[in-house]
Amino acid sequence: MTISHSSIIENTVDATARATPVSVARRVRGLSDRAIAWLFIAPAIILLLAINIFPLIWAIYLSFTNYRANRPNAPVQGVGLGNYQRVLNDPDIWQAMQTTAHFVFWTIILQTVIGFSLAYLIDRKFRGHAFWTTIILIPMMLSPAVVGNFWRFLYEPQIGLFAYAVSLVSGIPTSDIQMLGNVTLAPWAIIIVDTWMWTPYVMLICLAGLRSIPDYIYEAAEVDRASPWRQFWSITVPMALPFIMLAVLFRGIENFKMFDMVTLLTGGGPGSVTEVASITLKRVAFESWATGRASAFAIVLFVAVFGLANIYVKALNRVKQR
Amino acid sequence: MSAANSAHSVVEPNRSSKRIAGTIVILYALITLIPLVWIFLTSIKSPPDSISYPPKIVFTPSLEGYCNLFTTRTRQTPDYIASLPAPAGTCEEVTRKRNMVIAGPSNFLPRFINSLVIAFGSTFLAVLLGTLAAYGFSRFKVPLADDLLFFILSTRMMPPIAVAIPIYLMYRELGLSDTAVGMILLYTAVNVSLAVWLLKGFIDEIPREYEEAAMIDGYTRLQAFRKVVLPQATTGIAATAIFCLIFAWNEYAFAALLTSGEAQTAPPFIPTIIGEGGQDWPAVAAGTTIFLIPILVFTILLRKQLLRGITFGAVRK
Repeated sequence: MTISHSSIIENTVDATARATPVSVARRVRGLSDRAIAWLFIAPAIILLLAINIFPLIWAIYLSFTNYRANRPNAPVQGVGLGNYQRVLNDPDIWQAMQTTAHFVFWTIILQTVIGFSLAYLIDRKFRGHAFWTTIILIPMMLSPAVVGNFWRFLYEPQIGLFAYAVSLVSGIPTSDIQMLGNVTLAPWAIIIVDTWMWTPYVMLICLAGLRSIPDYIYEAAEVDRASPWRQFWSITVPMALPFIMLAVLFRGIENFKMFDMVTLLTGGGPGSVTEVASITLKRVAFESWATGRASAFAIVLFVAVFGLANIYVKALNRVKQR
Repeated sequence: MSAANSAHSVVEPNRSSKRIAGTIVILYALITLIPLVWIFLTSIKSPPDSISYPPKIVFTPSLEGYCNLFTTRTRQTPDYIASLPAPAGTCEEVTRKRNMVIAGPSNFLPRFINSLVIAFGSTFLAVLLGTLAAYGFSRFKVPLADDLLFFILSTRMMPPIAVAIPIYLMYRELGLSDTAVGMILLYTAVNVSLAVWLLKGFIDEIPREYEEAAMIDGYTRLQAFRKVVLPQATTGIAATAIFCLIFAWNEYAFAALLTSGEAQTAPPFIPTIIGEGGQDWPAVAAGTTIFLIPILVFTILLRKQLLRGITFGAVRK
């Protein structure tokens, strides 16, 4: 099949080449490969420099000043490391980091356990598994903000479907199922929605991991009379581990940046129990208008994600090599 | 083919274990669907039905949600409705029959059009720039290629809110805040990293020999790219385009901070639809339903390429 395919291409190539006037071909050929390489790569790089790197450098500059975006004409003064000092000593910011870590931890645990289990079951290839897999994938394709907003409706204690269903199953009166207004329950309300939305993502990557394990390894284990339990822990889990870790990395980075869903579900409340880092950052930048301090906080966040991701990737590579 | 293979394999799961696996997965899928089904059901309820307790599963369908969503009128009194000529529009008929007032204005349509323009515009640009750059990285020895590629990927690690501060300032200086052009450029920049990584994977898989053969036959490099590589990469380009489209379509944080009226997209707008005495849930659900439909279609079209797209091509399938 490949042979006939390529010969068709060569034939058409030949015909078109013969039809191309030589002079035009020569003139364009004047471009060296090196020139073409840069010509092709430059637009993407220039755009990224303009919209990503330039703002990042600007943010670094602002982080050393007392600039306020709502007073663009006020004189700007350098404050040295003052902003960083304030950020690192601010109990609110530490609280927000802790809340974020809490979310990242629980969402990753839940999504990995449920996602891997689902992938393991789907890998049994029961009848109609492709159809049901596609159904499960739908939530992750939707807009977190739009969906988060609707979940707020589902959570309403007086009218919402969630409270009704829970009360039906558990017998607890709906007025006690204040998912978004209760200090203990509100973080879990967000974790539930995030898990509903992103478990399919982890599931999909785990499924790729399970499918990558060659059958002959299981056949060999079967010949050696290894129990299914033993096969699971000595073959399935270790072989799928790099994939699971990749899913954890991507989910970790994404949930560290969590903003839209929290904004729409609780807006950081009640009080500030669900105030994650991005929400605090928004408050400092666009409500207190302390642009310099917000920039310092942004830089600290970026360095934290970047550093953690780098350490994690090193661990991932070590697992891969094993 | 794989089914035939595994039928002979020793490890083929037996029937009862398959049935148990199937039951659990289907159960999970059905639970997953409940909120989505509820969104749709709410969108065709009348406002009183939507907030009745216990939640109504059987109800008379109503188009009020959709009517309220698209209305530009501020208010319709029963007197006004009564004064309407008999063959009024569908929405007027709905309100007349139920003797309800439409509280608004919602005016969803311009936001929906903004979403379309910004999502498609940025997707087109991101795929164009991404294809060129991916080809450059795939076929030529670019100095520091690995570093450049990592740099491109790392632009995705920054929380959107963090980049939003300087972009907000920059856009204010350039007059780009609350404009479609500004949003298109921004989403293009965010998506170009995904496009480069994904497309590099797809182009790497097209044998170099095809272009070399073409160039021996008298093609220039550019002609070989256009007439040999591009047609071969069509599937990859289409998959990449849909991923960029989905991101731009769903994005909330930048849209909420950088747009307010003119260029506002649907995600920050839908939650703000307020009716009489609180959120107009049927209208919100109607907006959500309309907004989700394109994505549902894409999910079904895309299910095979999904994995590569969400992992930046880090996992090959």
